[in-house]
Amino acid sequence: MNTELMNEELQDFIQKYDLYGCIQCGRCTGGCPVTVRTNLNVRRFVNDSLNKDMLDDLAKLPEIWDCTACNTCAVRCPKGLKPLEVLMGLRSILVVEQGTVQSTVRDALESVFLEGNPWSKSRAMRSDWMEGLDVKIAEPGEKVENLIFVCCTIAYDPRVQMQAKNLVKLLNKAGVDYGFIGEGEACCSSEVHHLGEDDLLEEMVESNTELLNEYDAARIVTISPHCLSAFKNQYPDLKAGVIHYTQLIAELLKEEKLTISKEFPQKIVYHDPCFLGKQNGVYDEPRAILGQIPGAEIVEFDRRRERSLCCEGGGGKMWVESDSKKERLAETRAKDAGELGASILAVACPFCVLTLDDAVKAKGLEEQMRVAEILEIIGDLVE
Amino acid sequence: MNNKPKIGVYVCHCGVNISKTVDIDAVVEFASRMPNVKVVRDYAYMCSDPGQLLIREDIEKEGLNRVVVASCSPRMHESTFRKTLAAAGLNSYYLEMANIREQCSWVHEDKEEATAKAKKIVYAAVAKARLLEPLYEKEVDVEPATLVIGAGIAGIQAALDIANAGFKVYLVEKTPSVGGRMSQLDKTFPTLDCSACILTPKMVDVANHPNVELLAYSQVEDITGYVGNFDVKVRKKARYVDVNKCTGCGVCSEECRLKNRIPSEFNMEMGKRAAIYLPFPQAVPAKYTIDPERCLFLTRGKCGKSPKCVDACSAGAINFEQEDEIAEFKVGTVIVATGFDVFDAARKPEYGYSDYPNVVTGLEFERLVSASGPTGGAVVLGEGEDAVVPKDIAFIKCVGSRDASVGNEYCSRVCCMYTAKLAHLVMEKVPGANVRIYYMDVRAFGKGFEEFYDRVRREGIRYIRGNPSEIFKRGEKLVVKVEDTLTATPLEDEVDMVVLAVGLEPRKDAREIIDILRLSQSGDRFYLEAHPKLAPVDTATDGVFLAGCAQGPKDIPDTVAQAKGAASSALVLLASGKVKIQAQISVVDQSTCRGCGYCVEICPYGAIDLVTVNRMGNLAQAAEVNEALCKGCGACAAACFSGSIQQKSFMDRQILPQIAVLGVM
Ligand SMILES: Cc1cc2nc3c(=O)[nH]c(=O)nc-3n(C[C@H](O)[C@H](O)[C@H](O)COP(=O)(O)OP(=O)(O)OC[C@H]3O[C@@H](n4cnc5c(N)ncnc54)[C@H](O)[C@@H]3O)c2cc1C
Ligand code: SF4
Ligand code: SF4
Ligand code: SF4
Ligand code: SF4
Repeated sequence: MNTELMNEELQDFIQKYDLYGCIQCGRCTGGCPVTVRTNLNVRRFVNDSLNKDMLDDLAKLPEIWDCTACNTCAVRCPKGLKPLEVLMGLRSILVVEQGTVQSTVRDALESVFLEGNPWSKSRAMRSDWMEGLDVKIAEPGEKVENLIFVCCTIAYDPRVQMQAKNLVKLLNKAGVDYGFIGEGEACCSSEVHHLGEDDLLEEMVESNTELLNEYDAARIVTISPHCLSAFKNQYPDLKAGVIHYTQLIAELLKEEKLTISKEFPQKIVYHDPCFLGKQNGVYDEPRAILGQIPGAEIVEFDRRRERSLCCEGGGGKMWVESDSKKERLAETRAKDAGELGASILAVACPFCVLTLDDAVKAKGLEEQMRVAEILEIIGDLVE
Repeated sequence: MNNKPKIGVYVCHCGVNISKTVDIDAVVEFASRMPNVKVVRDYAYMCSDPGQLLIREDIEKEGLNRVVVASCSPRMHESTFRKTLAAAGLNSYYLEMANIREQCSWVHEDKEEATAKAKKIVYAAVAKARLLEPLYEKEVDVEPATLVIGAGIAGIQAALDIANAGFKVYLVEKTPSVGGRMSQLDKTFPTLDCSACILTPKMVDVANHPNVELLAYSQVEDITGYVGNFDVKVRKKARYVDVNKCTGCGVCSEECRLKNRIPSEFNMEMGKRAAIYLPFPQAVPAKYTIDPERCLFLTRGKCGKSPKCVDACSAGAINFEQEDEIAEFKVGTVIVATGFDVFDAARKPEYGYSDYPNVVTGLEFERLVSASGPTGGAVVLGEGEDAVVPKDIAFIKCVGSRDASVGNEYCSRVCCMYTAKLAHLVMEKVPGANVRIYYMDVRAFGKGFEEFYDRVRREGIRYIRGNPSEIFKRGEKLVVKVEDTLTATPLEDEVDMVVLAVGLEPRKDAREIIDILRLSQSGDRFYLEAHPKLAPVDTATDGVFLAGCAQGPKDIPDTVAQAKGAASSALVLLASGKVKIQAQISVVDQSTCRGCGYCVEICPYGAIDLVTVNRMGNLAQAAEVNEALCKGCGACAAACFSGSIQQKSFMDRQILPQIAVLGVM
């Protein structure tokens, strides 16, 4: 590449991420949860990306894949930068321009392209979870109050499928106007962005926007906070607003369209998913829901809400393993929950379920507690 | 004077600022052919003495009665040349400026085009100059008194200076005592003077000064009028204590049923007070006040069998029947010295201020190290038997400042230094303490500041460059999660106590004064000065000045300096006793005014009112301009639908011909 071109690319990179705005205060790295187990120092990437000729080399450093996109660095930055996006930009240089990718990542991306989900499952099987359920599917053009968007992981992974099923149950009970999309639904591509494939992201955003805008929806309700974040940050042209299902359920409880009536004598601690909390500022609604469960005792982590600890489920980490042998953050989380004497580690995100499930096993805490998504908990408690 | 226009045109080179892009000779030649132009001259610096002399001599010898100066912006030298005209005996409003610098030579490169534009600008100015009319500046008397709002160190200092110069001062303070934030501080950087020791004498002086009328526990309700003549209305809140009888003995407070039950504002809610209280021992006036929101008798109509304070007070000072009083008076000038609030640390939840008692703010720590504070000056955590002395103490700077995530982009200017001061006090009071200060920059810009910073560091205080991101708990310890950016090392620093160096913010009630005085705010939401460099204590409203942290964060030396500046600006008006008012104000033709009131809404200075006029027997509404308030901004004239309101020197009959000639060239 000639130097002039190089310079132009660098200038674009600097502009895009506002690198000159950084004052090297260190709040990003200071808050970054993975620094306790990996070499990632995001501040250095913000700084070093200003150097000519370094972008390509920086993109090759393995630690750029340690970022979980928890967003801590961005919410803490006093100058409005999004340091994690610099890492995503570097991933993109590696993936899109240099074509160097791990096979797990390549498979996931290929699967999104071909099947509309990152799990190498058939597009035609996306709605299989609905079998035997009384699900309302909305037709394009139809007026619908709540257009429900199911996440790929929830649609296919048996461990978390129950979330969608229970949501159907609750919506039917509450008698609200809703509609699912069905087989046409495709990956929100939150994780495509985090895996550095911004060309594919762009394609998916375009086709998904077209699809979602076909409905006359008052709002879109996502089950996964990852879809929520993607829609809010990557989809500028969506007609309808987007909320998370916990916001909808909290609303229904408040309006008394739903009541949680069955006893659930458990000690529950709630873990704030980064994509719900730090990314979108939703802290109160999940707590409001859990607070309504009769017989349950709610305890809180010391590190909660804005100070919550990431479980390392986001940022493409489902497909990229880090070399670190140190304790996983999810394990730290499970251990803390154990010390609180919790019997239920509640979450509101399918990725958190998967990472924390593993962690509870790794820490040998299965006897004491189980991980449960909020929908999983309340599905059977509502009359 | 024969009023047939005889115009002199003076073209300035401004060194080479104008002449390098404008062909001066061509402009001169062109101007000499314009109608009514008698003399045309050019000169290197028209504003210099010899330049001005040229104009004067021509007025005197050639009998010029209009002058056009083609030079810089009127903002720059219009007043200079007005004086030149006046010195030659010509009404100074027979001047028209043609701005061929800012609006021509500085913004163009092509000499030919710039010259052509300069010619047009001069031609238009000449066209208007022909139609200029003389204007006369009026003077109004200045009421020889000042209102000072806020009695922190800024208000106290300004009040003292003005009172010492022999003028009356009304000093209005919202809280029961004067002193402001400075009274809460322990020592003061960079000299470590005891704050109370240097402040208390001033508090007493200002209260006892024969020229000062102190209205403590009072609030300004309304101010109307204009420079020299403000009418002020102040609400003196009921203290439920007769200040003439109260001796300040404090027996009532000792006896109050709510003694040690109410968080003390002065001690940042760390200590407790009674419902009848003195905010702090050195409070001035030393008169007790009953907190109407807490007092049992005032809130429930009953305090035991009989109010204990009444029983205790041998002076019979307590009076539950007392009501608010309204004081009304006239002043010539106003000084706003309402100070600041500290940043609310709960707005940065990552620091756990709302969760952990051992995370405190700088101002709370001031109270903790103060001998008059809740612990008598001991640095301890917890109370009674559980009290422990913290050994590992971390300070975090820039909390709520320089931080776009909370909307405060500015630097608070005092926290670097107060952090150094508080760290020094820890070293003095806690033997073996381990103090570290987490910072992103150290700003030690004032006199003696860098020296102080040097001294404090050498006492054994570690400065670690990194702004912490999060605080959480591990066992009994607080964990500060931070990166040491100089070594690129992420740390989890375990400490006993964290002090947040919270920044300064505009007061939450800042709007009250904005609404009363029509002040503006700068981007940082502090009150806006008229000019950041050349009019730092003035405001857009004549006769209203700013002092202290109300205008922006500053330390005590700067606050006092600015207070003295505000006092001197007020004194200029008070001492001269007269103030000239704008001549180029708006005038209303009440015979055509439709009384729509649009101009009333638009005027930023509140200078226009609707009045009832008698129009050939019919009563109608029409606008009327208050000559003393009008600043000649012209907003009303531009807005008026019927052209009834016009600004002198910018009348339609003057500016339309000016515009018209641009079309014929
Ligand atoms: C923790 C901390 C430590 C500091 N340490 C130092 C130091 O060591 N050295 C140093 O030089 N500076 C220090 N400062 C800065 C110092 O406190 C300020 O410079 C100073 O207090 C500013 O005085 P002021 O009069 O402008 O404002 P304030 O002290 O805020 O006084 C304003 C007064 O106006 C009153 N008021 C407000 N609104 C109204 C109203 N509408 N009507 C009537 N009255 C009203 C208030 O009640 C108050 O009494 C420190 C600041 C902080 C926060
Ligand atoms: S937090 Fe923001 S300003 Fe501070 S070092 Fe990181 S990117 Fe730079
Ligand atoms: S998003 Fe989270 S994991 Fe990634 S760099 Fe920022 S703080 Fe670290
Ligand atoms: S009336 Fe009672 S509560 Fe009120 S100040 Fe007197 S003693 Fe205290
Ligand atoms: S004075 Fe120092 S601590 Fe305060 S905001 Fe400025 S740099 Fe930060």
